[in-house]
Amino acid sequence: MSALLEIDNLSLDFRTRGGTIRALEQVSLSVAAGETVGVVGESGSGKSVLSFAVMGISDAAARITAGHVRFEGRELHAADLAKLRGAEMAMIFQNPRVALNPIRAVGKQIEDVLRRHAGVNGTEARHRAVEMLSKVRIPDPERRAAAYPFEMSGGMCQRVMIALALACSPKLLIADEPTTGLDVTTQAAIMDLIGDLARETGMSTILITHDLGLAAQRCDRIAVMHAGHLVEVAATSDLFDRPAHPYTRKLIATTPRPSVGLADLEPIPGSLPDLRGVLPPCRYSQRCERYEAICETTPLPRVDVGSAHVVHCARPL
Amino acid sequence: MSATTRHIRYVLAENPVTALAFAGFALLIILALIGPDIVPFDPLASATDNALHPPTWTHPFGTDHLGRDILSRVVVATRIDMQISIAAVALSFVFGSTLGLVGGWYGGAIDRAVGRLVDTIMAFPLFVLAMGIVAALGNSVANIVYATAIINLPFYARMARTETSARREAGFVEAARLSGNGDGRILLFHLFPNILPPMMVQISLNLGYAILNAAGLSFIGLGVRPPTPEWGIMVAEGANYIVSGEWWVALFPGTVLMLAVFCFNLLGDGLRDIVDPRRRT
Amino acid sequence: MGPPFLRLIRRRLLGALPSLVAVVVVTFLLTRALPGDPAAYFAGPAATPQAIEQVRKQLGLDRSLPVQFGAYLVALAHGDFGKSLTTGQNVGDDILARLPASIELTLCGLILALVVAIPLGVAAATRPGSLIDHSARMISTAGVSLPVFFTGLLLVYVFYYLLGWAPAPLGRLDLFSTAPPTVTGLLLVDCLIAGDVETFRAAAAQLALPSITLGLFSVAPLARMTRASMLGVLSSDFVRTARASGLSTYTILVTYALRNALLPVVTTLGMVFSFLLGANVLVEKVFAWPGIGSYAIEALIASDYAPVQGFILTMAVMYVGLNLTIDLLYGLIDPRVRIEA
Repeated sequence: MSALLEIDNLSLDFRTRGGTIRALEQVSLSVAAGETVGVVGESGSGKSVLSFAVMGISDAAARITAGHVRFEGRELHAADLAKLRGAEMAMIFQNPRVALNPIRAVGKQIEDVLRRHAGVNGTEARHRAVEMLSKVRIPDPERRAAAYPFEMSGGMCQRVMIALALACSPKLLIADEPTTGLDVTTQAAIMDLIGDLARETGMSTILITHDLGLAAQRCDRIAVMHAGHLVEVAATSDLFDRPAHPYTRKLIATTPRPSVGLADLEPIPGSLPDLRGVLPPCRYSQRCERYEAICETTPLPRVDVGSAHVVHCARPL
Repeated sequence: MSATTRHIRYVLAENPVTALAFAGFALLIILALIGPDIVPFDPLASATDNALHPPTWTHPFGTDHLGRDILSRVVVATRIDMQISIAAVALSFVFGSTLGLVGGWYGGAIDRAVGRLVDTIMAFPLFVLAMGIVAALGNSVANIVYATAIINLPFYARMARTETSARREAGFVEAARLSGNGDGRILLFHLFPNILPPMMVQISLNLGYAILNAAGLSFIGLGVRPPTPEWGIMVAEGANYIVSGEWWVALFPGTVLMLAVFCFNLLGDGLRDIVDPRRRT
Repeated sequence: MGPPFLRLIRRRLLGALPSLVAVVVVTFLLTRALPGDPAAYFAGPAATPQAIEQVRKQLGLDRSLPVQFGAYLVALAHGDFGKSLTTGQNVGDDILARLPASIELTLCGLILALVVAIPLGVAAATRPGSLIDHSARMISTAGVSLPVFFTGLLLVYVFYYLLGWAPAPLGRLDLFSTAPPTVTGLLLVDCLIAGDVETFRAAAAQLALPSITLGLFSVAPLARMTRASMLGVLSSDFVRTARASGLSTYTILVTYALRNALLPVVTTLGMVFSFLLGANVLVEKVFAWPGIGSYAIEALIASDYAPVQGFILTMAVMYVGLNLTIDLLYGLIDPRVRIEA
């Protein structure tokens, strides 16, 4: 089964006045049709940067220095990405209320996407927009289509974003922290909605989150990132039963669970390294309790630990 | 050297244009102070047989319709233009920031009254109000100063008020209060020095605007009267000769006026970079 | 545009009332603050003592201040601004006759400024650090420093005297053209209505330099605000969403970014109008433009005070009206203001 999306050894830099930030280094990940892949890690681990690179909406200071992104087997260049965005690949963001145009009615914003990619106009666009709103389970969609983002709750705005993203039935949805800031009940409802819609159309989902628990619930496979490196990828159950990377084990240990009290959670020592200047081959080495001389070997080895279970570590668990 | 001096030197080095503006400002002050003593010709001495001569070596800026040396007049005009604008800005700064300080500190009815006063001034197009004030009080230099001061007052009042009410609950104010300082002392010795840096930026920008205002009023015949040399009047006098091609009569005073204002604006931008680089536009 | 908008209109109208009151009161006080004897000023420099007394009684200057104010309000309500000594007409009639000239000049200046400033600001924001960006910033700083009367003179010198492209700065029409029948008082519009292309061109030629002068003056604050606002909007979350949705560059730039970026620019228009109305006076003097600005200047020099009072009141009331319109315009474009709970 060929992958829908293949990120192959992707490296990305940011050129800034303070130096070159090596935000991503040799990240490889593939997403198959219909599956949900989680990308987890601390803030600043490069999860969002990766997704922006895939979508082609990186900051102007970003440069891809190595690797490719392939969608349905085709290598993506800037021009291709512009055509695929919104049509075959879509993205939803956190803080949905500020991620929508504040002075444009939400129905109109959905119509803009439909007009651009689905070639519909006028009344048909309006009907399909209302249809999308009801598909994302917004009550009274006819009236809501004329509403503005500031008149809606965070949860409803996120539904609108989902409607916007899914309007043209994309094959891939990237959800960047879609439930951060929402209350728990709304979180569950939003995640259920995404899951249901994905199952309906066979859409693949990349779920970016810092919440390992959420990823555990919703994802088929999970990729763990640290400081711009992909450190481990595995099927969800494999990841939790047999974590191969010391960082993954620590992450699991810090995830609040019913059986563990807050006081018993162990924090991960240290913090993310400065991504400018010279970095060791393993960017977790400064914080790792298993660090030894062998960890300085370049390049960092890629080890197959099980079926579809990959870890980038010189001393995997 | 202290951290402030180092910071200032850094900003000046980064931005040579600002350094140039500082230099220009210094030059203007020097000319205002000693200008009348060093000019080659008497700015008021007319020599009608020498009228309307284009620039030569003896008269680098040419002569005007009464044969007077334009260079000398432009240099001497520096003093009066500087005097008018500095006096106007000083007045509006003092009164404006006092009103703003008091309004921002006490709040309530006092603040509302200050706000009403400011809003009343701002309800007029400012130059028109200045014209009206000069028309009402009489056509004199002093009244130009008062008119310019009044129309500039709102900028200082508003700024002082915002800065004061933002700092009202700040730590250092609490500390001053707890040390037993009365309201007056707190306002004068603690708050005011603290809001001074952003106000400096405003003062510099306003100096430019004040000169433009005074020159504008003189241009339409209010304030300074002939034969006193002042940049605005000189441009007005030269305006009659532009259509017949005698460009130097209006051009030199106008260019110097423009450069002076430009200087103050760049200075203001530079000061803003020194004081608060985050607010760069 | 339903009830919420009507409520907004009513609220803004009420909000403008204090300004209107302030303007009327201040204008009244200004004329009573004349140095010496106000009656003497209104009677003119050549008046005899009896004439001055007559004017005093006529203007009610012998009565108490509150009574005078009442009479003043009544006169205003009837459109009576007094009589001009120099023209011998009612000031109100004079102003009405000359107002269209000023309005046409100011409008053209503003439109020119917008046409230049907004694209300039957008271009500078979409290409940060480029030549356009630096030029835009320099034009902004220079524009704020230029004395508007000096710019006007420079333009006359270069384009009339040196290049001969512009006509002589003698007013709204050259000596050979005749004005079309008056409909709006705006020459350009009236020419179009009458279908008089020749006079239209003549009027436009006369308008060119003065409106460019006014426009140049206003480009600076507008371009600066457009650039700053656009920069902020382009890095906002909703523009990122628009990019992620694959919308066209035009849609992202104009429908999403620019419309939002223009909101602060509309607010800036208020300040721009303050400068514009003041600069109008200076430009009218430079170009011998027969508007209310030059009317007031001529009256001032001749110590004829009734026109000056009328002028200040007219300008101030227009300014209050303009600010009100800007407020309402803002409410029209920004739904967050329109739809207030």
